Amino acid sequence: MRLTAWAALTAATILGAAPALADLNFPQLSYRTGPYAAGGIPFADGYADYLTLLNERDGGIGGVLTRSPECETAYDTTRGVECYEQIRGDSPLVLQPLSTGITYQLIPRVTEDKIPLHTMGYGRTSAADGTTFEWVFNYPGTYWDAASIIVSYLRDENEGSLEGKKIALVYHNSAYGKEPIRTLEELSKQYGFTLTTIAVDHPGQEQKSQWLQIRRERPDYVLMWGWGVMNQVAITEAANIGFPMENFIGVWWSGAEPDVLPAGMGADGYKSINFTGVGTDYPFYADLREHVLDAGKGAGDGSSVGTVQYNRGIYAALLAAEAARTAQEIHGVADITPEQMRDGMEALNLDEARLAELGMEGFGPAVQVTCANHRGPAVGQMQQWDAEAKQWVQLTDWIAADDSVIQPLIAEDAAAFRAETGMEPRVCPAS
Amino acid sequence: MIYREAGDFKTSYAADAQAFPIAFDRNAYYALLAVAFLVVPFVINDYWSNAILLPFLIWSIAAIGLNVLTGYCGQVSLGTGAFMAVGAFASFKLMTAFPGLNILFVVLLAGGITAAVGILFGLPSLRIKGFYLAVATLAAQFFLVWLFNKVPWFTNYSATGQINAPVRTVFGQAVTGAAATAAAKYLFCLVIVVAVAIVAKNLTRGRIGRSWMAIRDMDIAAEIIGVNPLVAKLSAFAVSSFFVGIAGALYFAVYFGAVEVTDAFGIRVSFLVLFMIIIGGLGSILGSFLGAGFMVLMPIALKNVMVGGFGWPTDLAAHVEIMLVGLLIMGFLIVEPHGLAQLWRLAKEKLRLWPFPH
Repeated sequence: MRLTAWAALTAATILGAAPALADLNFPQLSYRTGPYAAGGIPFADGYADYLTLLNERDGGIGGVLTRSPECETAYDTTRGVECYEQIRGDSPLVLQPLSTGITYQLIPRVTEDKIPLHTMGYGRTSAADGTTFEWVFNYPGTYWDAASIIVSYLRDENEGSLEGKKIALVYHNSAYGKEPIRTLEELSKQYGFTLTTIAVDHPGQEQKSQWLQIRRERPDYVLMWGWGVMNQVAITEAANIGFPMENFIGVWWSGAEPDVLPAGMGADGYKSINFTGVGTDYPFYADLREHVLDAGKGAGDGSSVGTVQYNRGIYAALLAAEAARTAQEIHGVADITPEQMRDGMEALNLDEARLAELGMEGFGPAVQVTCANHRGPAVGQMQQWDAEAKQWVQLTDWIAADDSVIQPLIAEDAAAFRAETGMEPRVCPAS
Repeated sequence: MIYREAGDFKTSYAADAQAFPIAFDRNAYYALLAVAFLVVPFVINDYWSNAILLPFLIWSIAAIGLNVLTGYCGQVSLGTGAFMAVGAFASFKLMTAFPGLNILFVVLLAGGITAAVGILFGLPSLRIKGFYLAVATLAAQFFLVWLFNKVPWFTNYSATGQINAPVRTVFGQAVTGAAATAAAKYLFCLVIVVAVAIVAKNLTRGRIGRSWMAIRDMDIAAEIIGVNPLVAKLSAFAVSSFFVGIAGALYFAVYFGAVEVTDAFGIRVSFLVLFMIIIGGLGSILGSFLGAGFMVLMPIALKNVMVGGFGWPTDLAAHVEIMLVGLLIMGFLIVEPHGLAQLWRLAKEKLRLWPFPH
C-alpha cells in the first residue's frame, strides 16, 4: 500500500513539475470544503470567472492568456503550506490565500521566494507598511481600517459621541479575529466607550454561552469578526435573544448572503461593512454573462453570481489583472515574472475613469498603491440586510478610516516585526 | 529463504540482545539509514521536504511519544496537542529569551519543560484509569490551549496570538526561518528522529519499559511483583511528554515557522496522533512510523493522484479523499485490529517459512 502511494506521489510530483507554459498564472489557494466553504466557494468562483472573461473576451491580459489552477486548503494551515510548496515552482504571479492563518505562514516564505502576496482586506495589518513588507499587499483596506470605519460610522449615528456606550466584539479566536482588538482598545480610550471582547473558538458552531453573556451585559452595539459557519450561528443566536439587529455590525467577512439567510426574517436589519458593490447591476455583467456564464464556462453552478463574496472574488481578480497590466507596461514585456508583477502591484493606479471604462463604476473603491503604502485607500461602505427582499442595501458612501489612529499603530507593529527579524526598512523614493 | 535466523550465530550476550537480532533486518535498517542520511539530502527539494518528509518525521516523534504512554504503559491520553503546544511555546520563549542558545539545546530543553508539565498532568493517573484518565488529559488539552491564548506573556505580547520562530543555525546552516534549505531542515529533524527512536526502542526493551508493560497488562499484579506504579506511570508520562514536546518544538520552529495555538494544537491534533498509534500499532516503535506515514502521507498522496493525476476538481477530490481515508482506516482495522505493525510481524513470520511452509 505504502509503496503504491509513494509511486503515485512520485508520478504526481513529476507531472506537477512540468515546464511552465507561456501564460499568466494566477493560482488560487481556495477552500470549497469545510466549515468556511460558504465564503470560500463564491469567492473562488468570482476570481476564476473574471479571469475566464479576460481570456474569452480580450484574449487574456496584454495578449497573454491567464490560467488559475486551484489548490484546496479547507482553510487549514497545514494544507495551505502544502499547497504553497506545490504552487511556488510554477511561477505564480500573485497568491491570495483568503485566510489570515495561512497568510502568517506565507509572509516569510514569499519574502524569501520573491512571490507577491495579496491579502485583500485580511492578513497582517502592518503589511500596509511597504517599507517593511516588500512582497505583501493588503489594499484596499485592513482590519484596523474596518474597525476605525465602523467606529466612525457609530459616532455619526450618535451625534459624534460614543461616551459611555458599551461595545462588544464577538471574534473568531484566531489571528484573524484578534487583529482588530488593538485598534478597538485604542479607539475606546479615545472616544470613551467600553469594549468587551468575546471569543468564539473555531469553527464557531456553538455560541450559546457567548450570547448569554451578551444578553446579560446588554451592550449598545455588537461588532463581529467572524467567518464561515460562525457568522450564521452568531446572527441566528442574536436573533434568538432578540438583540436589535441594526446595532449588530459585522466586518466585511461577516456580511454575505450565506451568513444572514439561515436566520430568516430574524436577520432583518443586520449591518456590515463592505468594500465591493452588491448585485449584478453593473455594465460589465453583460459581458460576463455573454462570454462566461451563458457560455457554460463559469467555475460554479451560477447560484452565487452577484452575491457579496462572488463580487469580491471578481474585484480581487480585477485588482490582480490590472496590476499585471501595469507590470506589462512598466517592463514592456507581455509574459511577466512574479518579480515584475510586484512592481506592477506597487505602481497600481486604478482610478474612477478606468473603473468606468471597465463597466465597474462604483463596484469597488479606486485604488492607488505606492512603495510605502500597501493598503490603498482604506475605505468601506455600510450595508444593511433586507430580509424581505433578500438583498443587501447600501447605506452609506465610502467612509475613510481614521489615519491618525491607524498609521501610528501600523508603524509600531511594523517596527516590532523589523526588530523581531532584524531587518532594515527599505527606502522608498519620495512621491 | 533470504529472511532467516538459521546460520546467524551469536557469540556474545551483547550480540544476542541487540535491537535487530536477524541479520536481514539489521542490514535493511542500516541501508535505510544510509539512504536517509546520504542520498535523500542530495535529491530533496522544497516540496518533498516541507510538504512530505518534515511532517512525516515530526509526527513520527509525536506518535512515538504517545505510544510510550498509551501503547507501552496503557495510560490513554487525549492531551497530545496541548503537550505539543507546551513544546512549541517553550521553544519560542527560549529562542527569544536566549538568542545565543543553539537550536538543538532549545529543542531538548523544550522537551524537558514539556516533560515537567506532563508529570504534573500525569498525577491524576495514580488515582484514575482508562476512560476517566482520558477525560482528565482532555482537561489538560483545553486548559493549556486556553492558557496560551489567555496569557499574553507566552506569545511575547503578540497582538494576534501568533508566535514566529526567529532564524537559528546549526553549524552555520539555517534550520529555522524561511531561508533554511530543504536539506538542512530535513537533516536536523532526521537526526532528532533517529535519536528519539533509538532511545525509545531501548527504553522499551529494558527494565523501565518492562515495568511500563507490567503496569499496562495488570497494575495490581505489577505492584505485587515489585513494580512501583508511581515511578512507572510518572516516568511514562515524563518520557512521553519529552518526545511530544520535542515534536511540538520542531513542528513550530522548523516546519511551520509561525503558529497560532488553537489552530495548530487543537483537539484535532490529539486525535490525529491517537489515530496514528492505533492504526500503526500500539506498543510498537515501527508502528509509530507506519501510523504517522499513513495519516500524514495518505491524504497528500490521494490528493496528488486525484487532482494532479486525474485532473479532478479540487472540492470533489477533497471530499473523496476524506471518504477514502476513512474507508482505508476501517479496512485496515478490520483486516488487522492490532495495526500495521502487526501486519508486518505476520509478514515476517511468513517470510521465515517462505518458500517452504509446513
